[in-house]
Amino acid sequence: MTMREITYREAIREAMSIEMRKDTSVFLMGEDVGVFGGVWGVSEGMLGEFGAERVRDTPITEAAIIGAGLGAAMVGMRPIVEIMFGDFLMCAGDQIVNQVAKARFMSGGKANVPLVIRVTTGAPGSAAAQHSQSPESWFMNVPGIKIVCPATPADAKGLLLTALRGQDPVMFYEHKMLYGESGAVPEEDFTVPFGQAAVVREGSDVTVIAVGIMVKKALEAAEALAKEGISLEVIDPRTLVPLDRETLIRSVAKTGRVVIAHEAHERGGPGAEIAAVLASDAVEYLDGPVLRVAARNVPLPYSPVLENYVLPDAADIIKAVRSFWAQKGA
Amino acid sequence: MSDELSPEMKKEMYWMMLLARRLDERAWVLHRQGKIAFHISGIGQEAAQVGAAFALQRGVDWVTPYYRDLALMLSLGYTPRHFALSLYGKREEPSSGGRQMPSHWGYKPANAVSHSAPVATQASHAAGIGLAIKLNGESKVVLSTIGEGSTSQGEWYEAVNWAAIHNLPVIFMVENNMYAISVPVAKQMAVPSAADKACGLGLDGRKVDGTDVFAVYAMMQELVAKARNGGGPSLIEARMYRITPHSSDDDDRSYRSREEVDEAKKSDPLLVGKRQLEAEGLLSEADLESMEAKAKDMVDDAIQYAEAAPYPEVAEGEYPVYAEEVRHA
Repeated sequence: MTMREITYREAIREAMSIEMRKDTSVFLMGEDVGVFGGVWGVSEGMLGEFGAERVRDTPITEAAIIGAGLGAAMVGMRPIVEIMFGDFLMCAGDQIVNQVAKARFMSGGKANVPLVIRVTTGAPGSAAAQHSQSPESWFMNVPGIKIVCPATPADAKGLLLTALRGQDPVMFYEHKMLYGESGAVPEEDFTVPFGQAAVVREGSDVTVIAVGIMVKKALEAAEALAKEGISLEVIDPRTLVPLDRETLIRSVAKTGRVVIAHEAHERGGPGAEIAAVLASDAVEYLDGPVLRVAARNVPLPYSPVLENYVLPDAADIIKAVRSFWAQKGA
Repeated sequence: MSDELSPEMKKEMYWMMLLARRLDERAWVLHRQGKIAFHISGIGQEAAQVGAAFALQRGVDWVTPYYRDLALMLSLGYTPRHFALSLYGKREEPSSGGRQMPSHWGYKPANAVSHSAPVATQASHAAGIGLAIKLNGESKVVLSTIGEGSTSQGEWYEAVNWAAIHNLPVIFMVENNMYAISVPVAKQMAVPSAADKACGLGLDGRKVDGTDVFAVYAMMQELVAKARNGGGPSLIEARMYRITPHSSDDDDRSYRSREEVDEAKKSDPLLVGKRQLEAEGLLSEADLESMEAKAKDMVDDAIQYAEAAPYPEVAEGEYPVYAEEVRHA
């Protein structure tokens, strides 16, 4: 494969474009995705290549965007819909939970729903309670949807191509603060399968299972702790549904210690499910508690001093890792 | 307030538009200087907002504003200092103590309810407030403002329908500034005016020139009186032009021409208002100079005050999530 550096944003655009060139049933719709190229710039230039029939500006109607996406998907199209902020998903809550997720089951398997819901997640900085949430786990409790959280440009491309070629609805969570991050991405068409975690950094002392942007922070923590002789193994699940239990358990079996890091709130976040999996299937390997590093259980504030306090960062991961030894030494 | 506007009142309305404009402009500068994280502007929409606000009984009637309503909020007693504190996320900010974004309002003395980032949610809150007013037998009204793009949301129709069915004292004012971020009004609705949506919902639908503060005031006076007297809800579209980009986060050159914006600036509500007052001999050059000087002083004061004001204490980030302390929350 020919590798070159592109941004996470470009990688997502590239995946959409590859599939739209190959498959005329694929089209993109959402608020401001046309002339403006999306408020996050992801679809910039796509209107020029694919035209207004296939890169469609919608009215401000999250429920109708996702509902119409479902309708089009059921009759053979492969819509990609963009929801500007994950926080706005609840405007379409019924469509996602009761319609999109259940169409296959309730039709006895007759309805195919190849719908990709691209949605942003995470705090972009002083955007407060209704623009900053990480709503990945909101829908983990709803069978029927796959949940994808790419942390790198390469995974963004490969996972999105998998999503676009599947038969089931996918919620594809793009972290706003990753859009500008660059990384090596194969130029060719390639896919990253769902349900296959990435061992991002091998290590021996503590496993850090990191979701989305926390992968980057976990690597920062690993770098810092390596200087103290503490070796972190960083695992990125990449998809929360389906979840690659085996890779997580294998790592914990090796290290005996685990920290789960995500930007979603701690309570009921993706880490709660991961911790439960480890408690049921890996408890014999654990030499300490399962720790979580996550946003505090309060809404995200605007004021930067408050926001920094609520959000998790690399220093919080370092603190959690050190606590394994602090407890023993105390 | 009486139906007939006194010269003093007319000048006061112009002053409010001017103050809002200068404060709004300064917020853009602060953002460009990197001093604040975000600004969303109401430039071009001052006439509709001031005209509507002056038709209300301040602190008696209720308002569910939306994020462009700086001039509306100033007319209801929210101050430049309050706004500046919100831009900086300072502790003394009256809506939330620095917790919520600027321009999401919430100001208890004005009975103004906070706006939400997912749009159109305020319309059903307004219906609920209207229902409570009716149930309590009070003589109050609710003004619920919204952008034209947000009237595409299902929730907006649900709320207006609700208010119409139950004859609730709510005025739904659509500030049609022609753009929803980048999407022009023609891609937002098939009817020529948001007011036309009223006919399918069973309430009075009106159109008004949203650059003419006195025309908006006159129409709002009528609709407020009707609602207050049990005549039920109305839908009013005030049409104007969003002179600035959507917010400090976008560049509008990518979706509209400079010629279009320059043309629209000819109907800038401040110019329209100035011409009207001058034609009536109510605004001298000296008046204007003193208003500008006063606005500059107030804006300077607000920014200086906010810059010097303390941030919240970090621990304030923990509350108030619940009414009382909850263990393991």
